[in-house]
Amino acid sequence: MNKFVIPLAVFAILLAFLFVGLSLNPREVPSPLVGKAAPAFQLAQLHKPDAAFSHKDMAGKVWLLNVWASWCVACREEHPVLVDLAKANVVPIVGLNYKDKPDEGRAWLKQFGDPYLLSVMDRDGRVGIDFGVYGVPETFLIDKQGVIRFKQIGPVTRDVVNKKILPLVRELEKQS
Amino acid sequence: MRLAALLAAAAVALAAPGFAKDAPPTERDPIEQARSVKLANELRCLVCQNQSIAESNAELAVDLRRQIDEQIGAGKSDREIVDFMVARYGDFVLYRPPLKATTLLLWGGPLLLLAIGTLVGWRVLRGRQAKTDERPLTDEERGEAERLLAAARANREGA
Repeated sequence: MNKFVIPLAVFAILLAFLFVGLSLNPREVPSPLVGKAAPAFQLAQLHKPDAAFSHKDMAGKVWLLNVWASWCVACREEHPVLVDLAKANVVPIVGLNYKDKPDEGRAWLKQFGDPYLLSVMDRDGRVGIDFGVYGVPETFLIDKQGVIRFKQIGPVTRDVVNKKILPLVRELEKQS
Repeated sequence: MRLAALLAAAAVALAAPGFAKDAPPTERDPIEQARSVKLANELRCLVCQNQSIAESNAELAVDLRRQIDEQIGAGKSDREIVDFMVARYGDFVLYRPPLKATTLLLWGGPLLLLAIGTLVGWRVLRGRQAKTDERPLTDEERGEAERLLAAARANREGA
């Protein structure tokens, strides 16, 4: 009896490790930027290339920055969710059109609907690097002080909107 | 004579494209180039996670290599460039993560396993040794052994 206790315990521990390992997604790398000030940027707008947009324009607001591209397949998946979120009018969404051709970006929004307050063009991906973007789509929730409060890696789902984004938006709106 | 001239002309004609294909001399300082490659080798590509950004051809890796080159060009130190990457992508981008509270198990794990293995091995060997401890035979055992040997001898002689 005693002979089996130790190997069984070791086996159980191993099993627990493997089980936890199965439920982890190695592609989701926690961002060091959550809880820090969002990187400063100033970029031309997708629909008004002559007009610039900077992070300062959103100071004092709770807002979402959604990184998207017309070449990104997963963006199509999340797009209806963003369109619905925009209709609900609870939080403004700014699009960061990442490494895209402006024409294709505009055509894409025409085809699938434009949930964005506006989109900015990050043609060479530099602002993307500042935001630690490594896979599109990614979405950042930024508070009134310009601090990143939440980051969604991969498509935003309705579940994420209802369970994470909306409660956090309500909470952040209360802060001055 | 004419043949030789013709051969020479042919040789030049054949060699000319060879010259044309020579890589243009790079304007980069070889030391900077070496630094760039070394840094790229130490940073993990987040798109294809088992490759460094030197090995990967993912677009992000290309962009990050460009970042490294630009920052080296701007006179940044290796430390500053690595910090730039870590500030954006976290310790995960480092193939040699720093030793701190969250990475203690990562760094200490192998040593811990070695210690456990040594302890278990030592205990097993000790147990085995205890079982095979030599002690003089008792008279009873000696008598038994002699009886068996004698029986075996008698058996052999009889056969």
